[in-house]
Amino acid sequence: MKAAKKGDWVQVRKVVLPAGKRAPQVPEDTAKTDLLLWVKGFAQSDADPGEEVGIKTVTGRLTSGILQAVNPAYTHGFGDYLPELAQISAQVKELTFGE
Amino acid sequence: MTKDMSYEGINSRKAEIMQKSLGIDYSKFEHQGGIGFDYDAMMGEVAYSYEEMVKIQQQTGVGNTPLLELRNITALARQSAPKGKGARIFVKDEAANASGSFKARRASISVYHAAKVGYKGVVTATSGNYGAAVASQAAMRGLKCIVVQECYDGRMVGQPEILEKMRICEAYGAEVVQLSVGPELFSTFLAILEETGYFNASLYTPFGIAGIETLGHEIANQCRQRLGKDPEVVLITNAGGGNLTGTARGLRAAGAKNTQIIGASVDLAGLHMASDKDFNRKSFTTGHTGFSMPFIKWPDRTDVPRNAARCLRYMDKNLIVKQGEVFYITQALAVLEGYERGPAGNTSLAAAFALAKQMDQDQVIVVNETEYTAAGKMPSSQLTFAKQNGVELSFGDPDSDKPGTTIVFPRSPDMFKVRWADMDDARRGYIKNCLANHKDHQFNDRDHAFMAAEIQSTPDFVKKVLTELR
Repeated sequence: MKAAKKGDWVQVRKVVLPAGKRAPQVPEDTAKTDLLLWVKGFAQSDADPGEEVGIKTVTGRLTSGILQAVNPAYTHGFGDYLPELAQISAQVKELTFGE
Repeated sequence: MTKDMSYEGINSRKAEIMQKSLGIDYSKFEHQGGIGFDYDAMMGEVAYSYEEMVKIQQQTGVGNTPLLELRNITALARQSAPKGKGARIFVKDEAANASGSFKARRASISVYHAAKVGYKGVVTATSGNYGAAVASQAAMRGLKCIVVQECYDGRMVGQPEILEKMRICEAYGAEVVQLSVGPELFSTFLAILEETGYFNASLYTPFGIAGIETLGHEIANQCRQRLGKDPEVVLITNAGGGNLTGTARGLRAAGAKNTQIIGASVDLAGLHMASDKDFNRKSFTTGHTGFSMPFIKWPDRTDVPRNAARCLRYMDKNLIVKQGEVFYITQALAVLEGYERGPAGNTSLAAAFALAKQMDQDQVIVVNETEYTAAGKMPSSQLTFAKQNGVELSFGDPDSDKPGTTIVFPRSPDMFKVRWADMDDARRGYIKNCLANHKDHQFNDRDHAFMAAEIQSTPDFVKKVLTELR
């Protein structure tokens, strides 16, 4: 990951509640993890990966966290080709419209 | 003085933050010395009138969505139905609303109200389409918007459906605050409300529920115009109860007294909603039993003092569908009807497909919503993610499905089943929660009457169950 320059669009991460300080009602597996928060904004100073940096969000809020990404991309997608879905398509079309 | 920002510290200021961020005096509706409150007065005094809401929604691209008849899906259902059976299935194409879901109806009224009373921005806690709806409505009204969502597990692996909802909120100019799994999201939400002084655009205010009433009115009016009658059944995907409550209120107000209100949710039994490990083994982020059952049995578990969504007041029956049935019907909707939609509304479509076979051919079922689909929300995205998380896919009997471990697609369309949830158990569950939440309370006649109204029952039934439980 590259370093951020002041003014870059970045994502930061911070620990809201460390493991051990979680709410009493959370299940055991969750209680062992930190409650983490991610938010994006414009870097208020230069920062290296893993370094704390202040940001200004799109609503104008000032906050800070550990630099997670510079120009964070959207990475979710359409998924793989799934033969199961093709099988369903073929079945319902054949039953409804014939061969 | 520095404010205490620990979980307990923020929660101790909850009442004060709520009051400031909602501007609604909930206390005036409370029954003094009782457990209940005046629900009708709260809805009547706080929310806007139907005529006002129609005007507000017209300004921002909400409402008047098409009612589509699903002729090919109906024909497919009739193939495996007894002679003369196979009700006509219609769907309200709520994807046609600004931001692509019925949630725009809820957001439109909240955001209008926030702007009218002078808030500079709105905050909402949601991982669903409601975030996009608030962001889109806030953009139109020139308000700032922050969406707080539960998105990732502790390894920063995100649910693809929620990642898409993050993207679309950002597309509409909102700030998205993402969190790992856990109910403490609520204290982060409170802290942001406190910091910004923005309006709490909760899903569960009277604004958020009344905004859906226009959907119920439209269904009644469109059915009367096209079919000359009200639908026999309206099927509603159920999670927090808002869609069901609001739609049913609208139908009743429009005079559709004989229309049955039926909820539907996907069976995710066995998966814990606050578990970091289970989070990414869920192939549904909403409309499932992990939300619907707790909310049916205890509505007041939300981010407002009193939840305006109160399912058992309106729900006639409740259906449970299986994961594989929803994916199957989503695919059928695309290739038989030419509509790529969902996933959310397709839970009730799967239920409608099964239920139609038990109803007469001249009867009508309306599925009350579709939603926009996109990368992350489609069956291919969700199922690929499920496989990556070790969930096995197969064809067979959907009843053999084990949430988090397997997804079983029906081997053929005749395997869709009608599974009624136990309404008596739901009503008893509600009464049990009244007891649990008011341990030392002496229940009086007014409490019994309130509880009876909450569950569409009688004070005698309430008293009988209270005695049994004690």
